[in-house]
Amino acid sequence: MSAETQPTTWSTAAKEIVSGGAFRAFLSVILGFIVGALFMVFSNEAFLNALTYLTARPTDALGAGWTAISDGYLALFRGSIYNYQADNVVAATRPITETLRFAGPLIAAGLGVALGFRVGLFNIGASGQILFGALAATWVSTRISLPWGVHLVVAAIVAIAAAAAFGALVGFLKARTGAHEVIVTIMLNYVAAGLITFFFRQDYLLREADGGGTPKSDAPAETAQLPTLFGDSFTLHAGFLLALVGVVIYWWLMERSTIGYRFRMVGHNIDAARTAGVNVNRTFVYAMAASGAFVGIAAVNQALGARAGLTPDLDGTIGFDAITVALLGSSTGPGVLLAGLLFGAFKAGAPAMQVIGLSPEVTGVVQGFIVLFIAAPPLVRAIFRLPPPQKSTVIADWWAGLRKKGVAK
Amino acid sequence: MKLELRGITKRFGSLVANDHIDLVVEPGEIHSLLGENGAGKSTLMNVLYGLYIADEGDILLDNVVQKFKGPGDAMAAGIGMVHQHFMLIPVFTVAENVVLGNEPTGALGILDLDSARKRVKEISDRFGFDIDPDAMVEDLPVGAQQRVEIIKALARDAKVLVLDEPTAVLTPQETDELMGIMKGLAKAGTSIVFITHKLREVQAVADRITVIRLGAVVGDAKPTDSAEKLATMMVGRAVDLGVKKKPPVLGSTGLSVKGLTVVGDRNTKVVDDVSFEVRGGEVLAIAGVQGNGQSELAEALVGLMHATAGTIMLGDLDITGSSVREVIDAGVGYIPEDRQKDGLVADFTIAENLMLNKSFGPPWAKGVQIDFANRDRLADVLIDQFDVRTPGRETLAKQLSGGNQQKVVVARELGRDLNLFIASQPTRGVDVGSIEFIHERIIATRDAGKPVVIISTELDEVTGLADRIAVMYRGRIVGIVDATTSRETLGRMMAGATV
Repeated sequence: MSAETQPTTWSTAAKEIVSGGAFRAFLSVILGFIVGALFMVFSNEAFLNALTYLTARPTDALGAGWTAISDGYLALFRGSIYNYQADNVVAATRPITETLRFAGPLIAAGLGVALGFRVGLFNIGASGQILFGALAATWVSTRISLPWGVHLVVAAIVAIAAAAAFGALVGFLKARTGAHEVIVTIMLNYVAAGLITFFFRQDYLLREADGGGTPKSDAPAETAQLPTLFGDSFTLHAGFLLALVGVVIYWWLMERSTIGYRFRMVGHNIDAARTAGVNVNRTFVYAMAASGAFVGIAAVNQALGARAGLTPDLDGTIGFDAITVALLGSSTGPGVLLAGLLFGAFKAGAPAMQVIGLSPEVTGVVQGFIVLFIAAPPLVRAIFRLPPPQKSTVIADWWAGLRKKGVAK
Repeated sequence: MKLELRGITKRFGSLVANDHIDLVVEPGEIHSLLGENGAGKSTLMNVLYGLYIADEGDILLDNVVQKFKGPGDAMAAGIGMVHQHFMLIPVFTVAENVVLGNEPTGALGILDLDSARKRVKEISDRFGFDIDPDAMVEDLPVGAQQRVEIIKALARDAKVLVLDEPTAVLTPQETDELMGIMKGLAKAGTSIVFITHKLREVQAVADRITVIRLGAVVGDAKPTDSAEKLATMMVGRAVDLGVKKKPPVLGSTGLSVKGLTVVGDRNTKVVDDVSFEVRGGEVLAIAGVQGNGQSELAEALVGLMHATAGTIMLGDLDITGSSVREVIDAGVGYIPEDRQKDGLVADFTIAENLMLNKSFGPPWAKGVQIDFANRDRLADVLIDQFDVRTPGRETLAKQLSGGNQQKVVVARELGRDLNLFIASQPTRGVDVGSIEFIHERIIATRDAGKPVVIISTELDEVTGLADRIAVMYRGRIVGIVDATTSRETLGRMMAGATV
């Protein structure tokens, strides 16, 4: 008999965190920006200098603080949305396209992690799934010749399938042996990282044609590259569109389809699902495969959106950012889309902050605090004096209404 | 000690759980708090025990106003509480459990178990509890565990003892013993608040009765008042306590179980060589004290537990070893005993809950997509047919009362074509109005010629619904008897005596 998995405190916590609302997410974002502002103010030299004579001329400190904040966030705006200081249209509009380019893989991987959350699974393995998918895609894009169009489609499908298989392996191990998906996915991250380095280092595998000792692949064949969307002046490529398609598929899967319905059933109440005839173990495998498939879209972005050779760190921090995207997006399709765009903007805008002498890590701080506030609802409730969660009063109100009308006793 | 509650009001949002409740319990009095599930009894007692702070009103002990900030304060003031679910550590001895949180210590803070043992022995002897201080709690029968809970309260000098639904887990004999103990304690001066919804027990043991309904005191009653009068006060309208049914019209054998054996978690036979038959148009009730294998029997019948031996035949179809889904597809309707855990998804809407086991095909699903138009239409029909009181099908299950939640489960299971209906504790935690309704539907299912298996620990329910009664004890069926068998005989069988 296969191991049955009981709901754990992990999944309970995930449920609690994921069940946040759009409003709470919004408040968390605001709070994150406020903390980021404090960070900028207290690391600002002019402000710290003005502090030394605070009592004499407090306006200096206030002014310096305000300048620090507005300079910082305006730089973020210029770097991620619209550069009003640019001298031509291309340079002015490039930031928003960069935001979209960064957002693509974040949204896709975020959907994968979000799907896991909805089924009560912590998929910490997005990073490994991206690497494994990218490894497969790179093989197709650099070692196989196919006509234009076909090559891209085949490479993309292979990447998604590979990532899905890597995810399904997690579900299979969980269903078969009861191994916890958190441990398994973390370990598989190491496996994937090692595997891709190995492949990129061996000349008979995927190493670039005349490469040296550093592990690196060839650039994907032109026939397998994701086409750019607005010509060669912009790096934004069709990977973002794939992510948008992913959002729609995710929404349909989770909100409209029967399999998504059973995913959610297992996520909310594993015992009730079992009693209702759902094969819980099989659901884990399907869910992890689906989760991996969405992450696979991020792999497509990274492996086929590139114009140069890939290195084993091609996943960057996407694997872990995806967790924050899923959390901020409450694991819904539209939520993940918006959260992915926000974090994409942070990635795109960070260099512009560096240009004005601000540490680009400010965005990391903001991002971290946003998720902290999401994951710490009592804190947010306390700060904004929101009422604690309690039994809904809908029924009581409705019943009282009936009583008033004399319908009920 | 005299306990007085004055104008206790407790609100949760716009819901008034307790509405200016007054209650006086004289020293040495057994005062019964009678009310349906959800009437506000438990909220009131949690206020008394310091778990909730009242929005208005005072708690007085011997005419002194008390301010409890937590259970610690309440305990220190002399209030003891025996919860419905025992707060005992199974792998500790009785003495260890009794002193837990209040350990007597000798030099250097070393636990002084001897004095603990002595204290347990002394209390046990004084009230005739018959409890060995060194017994491991997990080895004790449920009735004895409950007495340990009472000792725990008494060991902390409780002068007011609150018993929350104490008989839910007891055999009729154990219930009688408990009532004897309650009378003994009252005689010794302890004030007892006895929370229950069982009229028979109230009549047997209470000195005075306060009835609460919808959070407010409806009035006082005397134990000599008729059960009908008490029930009417409790529910707010005339209720029919009996189940009305015609003699059964028996069809062919619907369910045939032979030599069924199930091995549980601890490698023990939780269901041991059980055989019985149920014919179409007949209700077989399976009686027994909680934890004697009835739950496991039900789970084995529906495929949730694996049968290690024996066969289960549904008509001509062998469903031994079938998956849950195969059993559902074979037309078996099942109401699990714990609807919160197994019967519902609390965060799903009513409509979603009504299709819980029907997502695999029409009419609720179309291909791989939920058929939303059909689902909404069918959900509305079921909500109407099964009298689910809700603002609409999109209401979350967790927002419904226990009775309405159960009606959702009943609607889902009876709202399709069945070949067998199994209901485990179908009316547990359900208000009287809903109990009547659910019982009617069960009898209607039987009268439609279906075989019905009811598993219940409530003897009234068993004798009311059953055409035949099978009594389980330690995994075995002690005997299958007629529905007219006396309560005393059934009680003896539930304790293991063969007929």
